[in-house]
Amino acid sequence: MSRLLIVAFDVAESSSLAGFADALGIPFDLLLLSAGVPAPIGAEKVFLAGMPSIPVADAMAKALARFAAPYTHVAAVSSMRSKDILARTAGVLDAAMVTDAVEVLGVRKFKRPVFAGTVMATVEVAPSAILLTVRPAGFEAPEPAPNGPAENVVLDADSMAERSAVSARSGGRPDLTQAKVIVSGGRPLKDAATFERVVGGLADALGGAVGATRAAVDSGIAPNELQVGQTGKIVAPDLYIAAGISGSTQHMAGIKDSKVIVAINKDPDAPIFEAADLGLVADLYEAIPELLAKVKS
Amino acid sequence: MNILVPVKRVPDPYAKVKPLPDGSGLDTAGLKFEVNPFDEIALEEAVRLREKGLPASITAVSVGAAECEEQLRKALAMGADQAILVETSDALDSSVVAAELAALVLELGIDLVLMGKQATDDDANQVAQLLAAKLDWPQATFASAVEVADGRVVVKRETDTGEETLSMRLPAVVSADLRLNEPRYIALPGIIKARSKPLERRPRATEAVAKVRVVFYEAPPAREPGRKVSSVDELVAALKDRGVIA
Ligand SMILES: Cc1cc2nc3c(=O)[nH]c(=O)nc-3n(C[C@H](O)[C@H](O)[C@H](O)COP(=O)(O)OP(=O)(O)OC[C@H]3O[C@@H](n4cnc5c(N)ncnc54)[C@H](O)[C@@H]3O)c2cc1C
Ligand SMILES: Nc1ncnc2c1ncn2[C@@H]1O[C@H](COP(=O)(O)O)[C@@H](O)[C@H]1O
Repeated sequence: MSRLLIVAFDVAESSSLAGFADALGIPFDLLLLSAGVPAPIGAEKVFLAGMPSIPVADAMAKALARFAAPYTHVAAVSSMRSKDILARTAGVLDAAMVTDAVEVLGVRKFKRPVFAGTVMATVEVAPSAILLTVRPAGFEAPEPAPNGPAENVVLDADSMAERSAVSARSGGRPDLTQAKVIVSGGRPLKDAATFERVVGGLADALGGAVGATRAAVDSGIAPNELQVGQTGKIVAPDLYIAAGISGSTQHMAGIKDSKVIVAINKDPDAPIFEAADLGLVADLYEAIPELLAKVKS
Repeated sequence: MNILVPVKRVPDPYAKVKPLPDGSGLDTAGLKFEVNPFDEIALEEAVRLREKGLPASITAVSVGAAECEEQLRKALAMGADQAILVETSDALDSSVVAAELAALVLELGIDLVLMGKQATDDDANQVAQLLAAKLDWPQATFASAVEVADGRVVVKRETDTGEETLSMRLPAVVSADLRLNEPRYIALPGIIKARSKPLERRPRATEAVAKVRVVFYEAPPAREPGRKVSSVDELVAALKDRGVIA
């Protein structure tokens, strides 16, 4: 019998895979690793691990492998953390690993982007347990439904690594992967202060998150966790404003699930205009202050 | 100390790759192939560790068809001491590659595997983790700084929310992210000069079979074509019209 375990690292993730579970159409349970109350998604059973922090991948994977052994499917929202941990769990279980599933075609058949999202691949999995990281944007969330009984579980594990110097730089803005509005900046933003003033200023006025290109991150204009794209965050806001971004394949890979893409670029031939719903050919240093003034009024 | 750097042959990441009309594969005609950019970064890091005084022998390995020799020659030119091609025409997935790498790691007495976090063709981001799990070694993915001293490797790694540092006893597996370093440029003469370095071809060591197979390739759904607006006022009006700003 097929059975899915949804692994939510935190409460925010607990509702993200309801649409995926619905599409897969097999009975499912929910494992919430951090402390908190999970969203009602119609899980048959809920397991609460109440972990104060998520252990290093080797330890987390060992514990997860023990817990997930009875399941045919184990899924988590795509993130750097879930890729780190679930792929290792797949190794421990000698299970199949599917990264970034965006569509369910059958219990063993999924669609996923390859080549920075310029090609979609349909993958078929041989009979073995399947671990998946899933991009929720493509799945329609069903109506909330009450979960079955909850049970506290202990997932204990020792890591071979020592973790230190953890930095989490969140300036009170919404999380990029959850945000409804994102304002992103590229290479022409000069320096961190300019980036924060121009891009951050507009984002705050719109109640949104801030993103950046690799070029901006590499040159120290923006911190690494803001990178959007093939090798950064995959985002799916209602509104994505790209300012001073050329529109490389690698950047576009991260934003194509956005509902409305706005490009502000002074080069009328920039590739970003091919993908943007609304394009404004303008100097961002003039257009953004004007836009800011108009959305504030 | 023995360092293993797995390198994958991938189509030029800046080229446009198209599915074949019948979806059975990819149109590779006229495509240039390169060393996966993240593997170049991993190799560069291995070479820099040696240049900083770590006595290290660096082996580059590729699992795949005979053509991978081209990328292994590049790896030798960048500073690998020897290269191994595990030659096969079998269908590969991450688990098969990890099984082959694990066998090689044990045979060669590897202390540190430095590899890419992700191949830019399959975008899988799996092999490092699968390999570390198989070997039951500690892992640090998404590395942005690597130091080796006193039998340990200390890795600064990128996370969803910032950075953290992991200190691990060797042996260990480390996967490289973009900001670990900028690989040196190797001109063609350098690649020719590296011809004298040893490159061994050998068959597969395991019978692992792919668990995940691609059965169809297609273009992603196209977005509705957009339009240009001529002023900020028009932009604001269009955004209000679509209900994405108040
Ligand atoms: C393996 C690999 C992975 C990668 N992963 C990612 C990734 O995850 N995310 C990512 O973003 N990139 C990634 N890249 C890099 C990517 O290829 C591009 O180099 C990068 O996205 C370019 O960033 P940019 O648009 O800021 O800079 P540029 O390409 O330099 O574009 C800057 C744009 O700003 C415009 N401009 C300049 N001044 C102004 C002004 N005053 N007002 C308005 N417009 C202005 C210019 O016309 C230009 O179009 C990756 C590359 C590789 C090889
Ligand atoms: N066929 C291969 N031969 C050698 N190394 C590989 C191969 N496939 C993947 N790798 C290594 O595994 C890393 C991650 O690849 P992937 O998990 O496929 O995204 C790559 O950056 C390489 O270092």
